[in-house]
Parts: sequence; C-alpha cells; structure tokens
Amino acid sequence: MADALPRPPARRRLLVSGLLLGLGTAGAVDEIVFHQLLHWHHFYDRASGAAGLVSDGVLHAGTFSAAVAGMALLADARRRGPFLPALWWGAVLTGAGAFQVWDGVVHHKLLRLHQVRYGVDLTGYDVGWIVPGALLLGAGLVLLLRARARPTPVR
Amino acid sequence: MTAAALLAAALLAGVYVGATWRCRSPWPLARAAAWLAGVATAAVAVAGPLAVHGDLRAHMAGHLLLGMVAPLLLVLGTPVTLALRALPTPAARRLSRLLRTAALRWLTDPLVAVPLNAAGLWVLYGTGLHAGTAHAPGLTALVSAHLLVSGYLATAAVLAVDPAPHRRGVGVRAGALAAGAAAHDVLAKVLYAHPPAGVAGAEDGARLMYDGGTVVTLVTAALLWRRWYTGREAVRAAAQPAVVASEAA
Repeated sequence: MADALPRPPARRRLLVSGLLLGLGTAGAVDEIVFHQLLHWHHFYDRASGAAGLVSDGVLHAGTFSAAVAGMALLADARRRGPFLPALWWGAVLTGAGAFQVWDGVVHHKLLRLHQVRYGVDLTGYDVGWIVPGALLLGAGLVLLLRARARPTPVR
Repeated sequence: MTAAALLAAALLAGVYVGATWRCRSPWPLARAAAWLAGVATAAVAVAGPLAVHGDLRAHMAGHLLLGMVAPLLLVLGTPVTLALRALPTPAARRLSRLLRTAALRWLTDPLVAVPLNAAGLWVLYGTGLHAGTAHAPGLTALVSAHLLVSGYLATAAVLAVDPAPHRRGVGVRAGALAAGAAAHDVLAKVLYAHPPAGVAGAEDGARLMYDGGTVVTLVTAALLWRRWYTGREAVRAAAQPAVVASEAA
C-alpha cells in the first residue's frame, strides 16, 4: 500500500533523529558514568596534549547538541508520519555504537588522547568498551537493513 | 566604573520601558521581563561583588552572567521588534534599512557572530589582555562591553527571534551554536591546564566556565529547536499530505 508509506523526508528525519540521539546518549553515558560516577576519567588528565583538549571539548559540545537536535527532529518526524520502531531504534543503536567504537579505537588506541582508566592494565577495559560498542553498531545496522526491507509494519 | 555601569543599565531599562508605552500594540510582559532581567544580570556582573580581580571563580561567574546569561535574556526581550513597532514610521523605515546594510548583515550572520564571540574570549585569555585589565579600569570596561555586545550578537544570530535581513537555516544556526560551545569548552580546559599567572581558584573557575557554558548552551539550543518546531514553516511542511512523495517515487 503506497498510501500508508510515510514520505521519504519523514523517514530520513526519523533516521537522522535516531543517529543524533544515539550519539548524544552515548556521549551523556560516557560523561555521567565514567566522569561523574566512577571518576575513572578526569576533567583533564595532565598527560594529553592540545589534541586531547580539543577533541574532548568538541565531543562534549557535539554530543549534547546532537541530543537536543535529535529530540526536536523526533518530535517533527512523529507529527509528519507514523513512527517506525525498527528504523528509529536501528538509528539510535548505530549512532551510539559508532560513538563508542570511534572513542575506543581512534581516541584511546590510535591517538592515545585519553584512556578508560588510569593506573591499571587496560586490556580488559578496552575490550569491555570497544566490543559492546561494536555489538551495538552491528545490531543497529541489522535493524536498519530490516527496516529498509520491510518498510511498513505500521497501521 | 560602577556608577557608569549602573547609569548605562538604567538607560537601557528606561528606554525599553518607554518604548513599550509607545508601542502600537500591547507588548508581551514576558519579553519586557526578559529584557529587564538581562539588564539586571549584566549590572550585577559588572558592578556587583563578582567584579573582583585575582580569583578566577568569581571572575568566571561574572563572565558567565555578562557574556552568556545576560545576552540570552536581552535577546529574548526582542529589542529590534520593539523598536520597529514603537518608532514613528519614517524612523522605523530607516532602522530596517540600516539592518539591511552590508555591515549589519555580516554581523548578524551566525557564521560571523559566533566565531567573533569565541575569538574575543580566546584573545582575552590567550594573550596578556586578562592580566592587563587588573589595574586598568578603562580596559576592564571595554572588555566587559565587548563581552556583552559580542555575546548578544552571537545569541541573536543563533536564535533569530528578532527580524534579520537574511536568516540562516536551523541546521546552520544549531551547528554554529555547537561550534561556539566547543570553542568555549576547549578554552575552559586550556585554562584548567594552563591557568593565567597570578590567579587563585583557577581549576574551579575553569570548571565553572565549562559547566556553566554547557547549561546556558543547552537552554539556548532547546529554545532554538522549540522555535523551529512551532515555527510556521515546519508546521506547514509537516501538515502536507503524506502520500505525495511516495506516489511520485
């Protein structure tokens, strides 16, 4: 039924909203759990150079801005057409997983900007951060592909 | 310094309230309240107990109020809209012509106003300017005025609640706001790592700058997106029949 299909712009809006909220949520989890609750991360670790300061600041501002934009776009997508759970959740998981993998692989390992924790052997912590991130990313992509294959599960 | 600041505040408040009397239609109380609160916030930041030198905590609290909170409140007072409604028609026309001049178009573009605002902060703390203001009240007044005005221009360009000649799309404005916040965050971390010579409370001051900047930016972003969501264009786009594009595809 072509008539029941939400217009492509509404689908794209739902996708973008999910990606932005996923990024924002992962950033917030990183901030709240590791900085505020566990105190594993530091506001500034006295080791990272200029690149670390810049990347931290950009990531912080970028993730919370993405979360606000994602909520507004979600509200708009919902008034434009039906909500597609697989598409939206797929996008959220993809955004969150991409953030975590990027943070774990590029920031921690390649650029060595900051670490998960200090003064301990890092292998377990790195695996414990990057692997769940990759799983989130994979689950998100599977959901997105399924949403693409079966575009109208609603109404 | 204090007397001059209070005089300027009284003038800003008085002219605004006078204009609401002359306004051709009833002026919303909430906007007047926002403007007066903005003026009061700026006055407290400049003339209140926070205007001390040597302690970065008090200094940053003052700067957050003067450079971020006061500009946001002043922008929500929509002074340009008020001026256009209160001025006699010829003067209102001149004002709207002035707003269309190249210089003002440029200054009200978020891609110019936000970087200018951020660059001012980096110059203040990255060079000897901050230390130089310690014993130069004239310089302090100039820096304070610049902080307020550039903060106002940046916030006005991002929120776009007042009429502007050419408005950027919501994505560009939200992006500019995020980029400005990133510059603010990075500067706060740099100040934490390398505090200016001879100040107390540098680490707490830098964290206050970081956290306070985040809160004000979040409020600004929420207002920006809320205006977009309730705006005429987005409402109209969402109300279009949902079948057209899928049939065409």
